[in-house]
Amino acid sequence: MSTPAPADLMVEIRDVHKEFGHGHSAVHVLKGVDLDVPRGTVTVILGPSGSGKSTLLRCVNELEDITAGSVVVDGERMGYRQDQSGALHRLHPKEIARQRRRIGMVFQRFHLFPHMTALQNVMEAPTQVKGMPKAEAREQAAQLLRRVGLADRANHYPAQLSGGQQQRVAIARALAMDPELMLFDEPTSALDPELVGEVLAVMKDLAKSGMTMIVVTHEIGFAREVADKVVFMDDGVVVEEGPASQVIDAPREQRTRDFLAHVL
Amino acid sequence: MSDPIPHRIHARRVPRPGRWVGAVVVAVLAAMAIHGLVTNETFRWDTVWLYLRDVVVVRAIGWTLILTVGSMALAVVMAVLLAVMRRSDNPVLRGVSWFYIWFFRGTPVYVQLVFWGLLSVLYPRLSVGVPFGPELFAFTTKDVITAFWAALFGLASNEAAYLAEIVRAGLTSVDPGQAEAAKALGMKDATILRRVVLPQAMRVIVPPTGNETISMLKTTSLVTAVPFTLDLFYATNAIGNRLYQPVPLLVIASIWYLVITSILMVGQSYLERYYGRGFGTETRRQRRPGGPKRPSRQQAIAAAGTTTEDPFLDVTP
Repeated sequence: MSTPAPADLMVEIRDVHKEFGHGHSAVHVLKGVDLDVPRGTVTVILGPSGSGKSTLLRCVNELEDITAGSVVVDGERMGYRQDQSGALHRLHPKEIARQRRRIGMVFQRFHLFPHMTALQNVMEAPTQVKGMPKAEAREQAAQLLRRVGLADRANHYPAQLSGGQQQRVAIARALAMDPELMLFDEPTSALDPELVGEVLAVMKDLAKSGMTMIVVTHEIGFAREVADKVVFMDDGVVVEEGPASQVIDAPREQRTRDFLAHVL
Repeated sequence: MSDPIPHRIHARRVPRPGRWVGAVVVAVLAAMAIHGLVTNETFRWDTVWLYLRDVVVVRAIGWTLILTVGSMALAVVMAVLLAVMRRSDNPVLRGVSWFYIWFFRGTPVYVQLVFWGLLSVLYPRLSVGVPFGPELFAFTTKDVITAFWAALFGLASNEAAYLAEIVRAGLTSVDPGQAEAAKALGMKDATILRRVVLPQAMRVIVPPTGNETISMLKTTSLVTAVPFTLDLFYATNAIGNRLYQPVPLLVIASIWYLVITSILMVGQSYLERYYGRGFGTETRRQRRPGGPKRPSRQQAIAAAGTTTEDPFLDVTP
């Protein structure tokens, strides 16, 4: 913590702990995680279920409040403000909402708004949060739907779309806020196998365009092809991190080898 | 055209003599009941017919409808407020909401209406000011809270307690992932409630609220406790007492309550169909030719399965 962070870091996670519950029933999920995500790179987090990788992702955009440590996104500390004396002040919910606008998130179960069409889903945040005029938002939404290959599905409700199409709309919805960072929480885990490819293709495209991404996934092929950095987590700590060629193809740690033996 | 299935089974039915006996017994009992209604002199059907469309009676129907609609409208607003308070992080708001619901559901609405009627005796002067401090302005209670307003507030404040539980169940029925996705997009809590949670909760909230409206129509007959003297039950009763023929006027009141309830029930069944249907084949068959190709918002919500109905949702008994 003594050296100043290089300017090109999008996300700096420092010694983050997360505990759910209180007292005797408390569960210690994250046990001191450090992670740097440079701007414009793709970080893939691998690990067995219960290893804390989804929780870590949710701590990045304050969907979970961390117990100890710090999360800094684009130079701004998430959820807290430090005054001159070093004391921490919790930010007002409005401020936290403002911080989240720069961070897009895609969920395992899509969570599209079922009472809105695909187009309305994508328009919702720009009009309601940014106050963008409807016409402009509609144009932007149509463009984003074209980008994820769903221009012809703009007026469909989520329930009329396949899982893969819903997830692509969800990606477009997140992109509508023009985020600097995208978080993906097991985006293909709820999909039928034949629909995984179309979602991964959109994500690869996004990575190619220079978006900073943190992806929690079990898709080893995607990690190998797209990830600049692969992080292996187990039991609330980062076990091993490095380029895909190292972590996936030549893991140093026994725990990583055991996990990959199960997945590959 | 030849039958594609050869050797269809043609068997004799199971004899069920009990069915015939049961049907006959019930039919005879029903006939006796109708006979008793028509031939009993005390019902005075001529009086019923004479006063069914009396000006006073028709005006009383108007007052009853105003009370029903007015108190339901006020109750809905109060109920949303109470339900949101109940889910608040603020323990004071949560506690006050809990106490309100406990109190107004736990005491008879008749007693509450008597208290509303006594308000001007209990508090002859109402004032707005700081508790134990200076007074900003004041008015005489009986000039402002007339019998009508006492009846309306009385019915609404009682109903709000029941509706609050319905609204709360509706809000709880929405998948928490919905609010989370909205949060991740940077929406404020108020926006999330208005744009994301409430529209989906309506599917669960609206049908029981229709039921409550039907129930409210009949509860308005209790405003005599205030006393408010212009509603259907009080007006027909007054005529009956004047004529020394209470029974035919009670029949008139029953007929009108039944007519209005029947109309509300038709509306209620439309509401339930509108909020309950999904994308199933049934709706495709029902779709009118040339009608909209797109399914309705409510169908989309139902099909997405983001709301789960609370099996323990209780409605006014």
